Amino acid sequence: MRWRLEPRPAASWQLQLLAAAAAILLTLLISVLLFAALGYHPLEALHVYLVAPVASWYGLGELGVKAVPLLLCGLGLMFCFRAGVWNIGAEGQLVVGAALGSALAVSISPEAGPGWIIPLLLLGMLGGALWACGPALLKTRFGVNEIFSSLMLTYVAILLLSALVHGPLRDPDGNNFPHSRPMQDGVILPLILENTRLHLGFVLALVLAGVALLVHLRHRLGFGVRLLGLAPRAASYAGFDAKRLTWGVLLASGALAGLAGIIEVIGPIGRLNTSVSPGYGFTAIIVAFLGRLHPVGVVIASFIIALSYLGGELAQIMLKIPHAVTGVFQGVLLFTLLGCDFSVRYRLRRLPPEPA
Amino acid sequence: MLALKGISKTFGELRANRAVDFEIAAGEIHALLGENGAGKSTLAKIACGTLQADAGSIAWRGEPVEIASPTAARALGIGAVFQHFSLFRALTVLENIALGLPGMQLEELRAKIQATVERYGLALDPARPLHTLSVGEWQRVEIVRCLLGDPKLLLLDEPTSVLTPQEAERLFVVLRRLAGEGRAILYISHRLAEIRQLCARATVMRAGEVVARCDPAAETPASLGEMMIGRRPAAPQRPARQAAAEHSLELRGLSLPKRGLYGQELKDIKLKVPAGKIVGIAGVAGNGQAELGAVLAGEVQVADASLLLDGQPAGQLSQSARRKLGLRFVPEERHGHGAVSELPLWENACLTALDEQDVVARGMLRKARAQELAAQVIARFDVRAEGVQAPAASLSGGNLQKFIVGRELLRAPRQLVVMQPTWGVDVGAAMMIHQALLDMAAQGAAVLLVSQDLDELLLVADEISVLEGGVLGVPAPASELTAAALGLQMGAAPGPEDALAA
Repeated sequence: MRWRLEPRPAASWQLQLLAAAAAILLTLLISVLLFAALGYHPLEALHVYLVAPVASWYGLGELGVKAVPLLLCGLGLMFCFRAGVWNIGAEGQLVVGAALGSALAVSISPEAGPGWIIPLLLLGMLGGALWACGPALLKTRFGVNEIFSSLMLTYVAILLLSALVHGPLRDPDGNNFPHSRPMQDGVILPLILENTRLHLGFVLALVLAGVALLVHLRHRLGFGVRLLGLAPRAASYAGFDAKRLTWGVLLASGALAGLAGIIEVIGPIGRLNTSVSPGYGFTAIIVAFLGRLHPVGVVIASFIIALSYLGGELAQIMLKIPHAVTGVFQGVLLFTLLGCDFSVRYRLRRLPPEPA
Repeated sequence: MLALKGISKTFGELRANRAVDFEIAAGEIHALLGENGAGKSTLAKIACGTLQADAGSIAWRGEPVEIASPTAARALGIGAVFQHFSLFRALTVLENIALGLPGMQLEELRAKIQATVERYGLALDPARPLHTLSVGEWQRVEIVRCLLGDPKLLLLDEPTSVLTPQEAERLFVVLRRLAGEGRAILYISHRLAEIRQLCARATVMRAGEVVARCDPAAETPASLGEMMIGRRPAAPQRPARQAAAEHSLELRGLSLPKRGLYGQELKDIKLKVPAGKIVGIAGVAGNGQAELGAVLAGEVQVADASLLLDGQPAGQLSQSARRKLGLRFVPEERHGHGAVSELPLWENACLTALDEQDVVARGMLRKARAQELAAQVIARFDVRAEGVQAPAASLSGGNLQKFIVGRELLRAPRQLVVMQPTWGVDVGAAMMIHQALLDMAAQGAAVLLVSQDLDELLLVADEISVLEGGVLGVPAPASELTAAALGLQMGAAPGPEDALAA
């Protein structure tokens, strides 16, 4: 018996959505098996993991809080990936944005009011964009693969953050803990839902998702990004400069990641510390692909992934399931997604036996 | 040798083949004629295992067989050279050929290739990477690869579209020799003259069905054309000049240094395309056409004064600035350059309209307007497509080319540059494109036509010059030229000729 893998004629968007849904279902199935194998009651575990976290207003608010950085990073990465620019350094860009914003925030007067919020957000974006300049310059000038440069700069960024919170930005009253002074109340993002931690950043992220949708579907730059990814020569024929577009998507995604970073600092965390991001920048890669590189999809995917973070924490508290289960869940999701995508693009066909 | 009986194949709504009967005998050069979309390529793909028929049977040398894959076809002795090449750009000629023939030592293969190349006079260096070769050279790679498999039946899909008449003649010599050895040759072409010269039998297809079987030598080109398209083909009309507009495209001492290892240098090219004229540039691919195209398209910048649009220096201008001056460009490659296969036609209509106020307002694409434009192109140029939402990939070569040319013509260009506009395009579409170029010229546009198809150049161009080794010859009036005379200029470079003589 012989089989052949052959490309399907066309992978419609319906099939692509189906692939994402199938990946989620498969991931749930595998999680159930995993919980059972670990000796937990699978349905109870699933309930704790998926339902309990959002069974209250507070929980729903937490879902939004977690979704904000994922959504912001995911939107930026979506444009990069659409253009065929494989920026996987959103984590580093997030961290630098958080650090640069915090540097200003701790040096302004204690009476600083909400008027400082916008400059802080802009500075965060600047920091992220600045960090994305590295891969952009290296790629457009010297042809350096952005996968390597953006990933390596992420480690530099994380070490930089560590140096800052152990050194110049360390809280003088913090008993030598590696974190900055708490942000002044005036610059903390206002909450938008009572008795939750849901903050204004959530609204901002959704607005930006709307803007991204318009840019993606209708703006000439969004069109150029799609052209560059699909057919670089056609993009050039249409009048787009590949280098400028590469700069554009990297700066934009860096700025969005940096924005996510500073929002965490002046939002739910309230200060700069070494764990400003539990890997949001990396997880956002899953968000972008699970969201089918489409702004609406990225919004939905960011909530799904946010839920996996919350569920992991709750499962640890209530069932003593190791926290690593979050990473396992996200990893399994990525793998099943890749598998389902593959089966959307290709099909197995049985070949009749070769004639003698 | 090969008999197909009652072959049917359906793609979605499209019935590409309907109960087709086809037979080819050993030692025969058999023409398969038909418009694009008539089902020729589908039938050929079924014969060589790329596609499977929904119904019908295949007999090979009298035995019923099932041809499940190209590998199975090759094992039987069926080889094919298709219009769309299946070669890897990053690999060398040798490596590409080796991929098709697993289990052979590279050195042994190199010697075999060399022998085949010399025997048939196909100039080809096995060590060169594919991305440095022209379309014409790619085809030679495919032909050599095919011949190495020692096929009993050879399928050729539009093989002469990229050859000079002399090269075509040489190919015919090869084909006749192969047929003389008892091999069958299935020859798909729309060039009626060469089919009449080469083929002893022809099967004519239209809309998925066989409509005629004939001896092409006993027919006239007109009668063959009529069988194919179901009506009498009309020669293109040269309309009288309508406008007094004086637009021009001029190259003045255009030079371009060699780019890349195997790029072609352009040497001091001088050319003036006056208003209302079609100037043709003939030449075999790889002699600077790609470079000239890149310069005209604005992908490569040159000295400002070496490209003049209506007398204005434009060598340094961006694509959009050139479009504003009225220069429109139709690239050679349809998929991935002139159009994006994955995108719907309405977005493809936007491709070269991003600077037009009506299509892009304040940075935003206006979908309704773009759809309207796409629909206009589809209607005006008889593009067979399932509407403006159909992806470009779903169109046949001829229809996509009509769409691309139509998209540019809709913008009433002052200067129009078209590269190989009818490569792999059926007679009906080619006629329509030729007529459109003549109409454009009549309206006062300066039209530059770069083509390897000499019949096409002689048919529509007013003046023709030959691009050879990066040097552009002196233009001569088309009325004083013949294909043979042009072919001699194009074959100026020594090599293949000598190899054949040896």
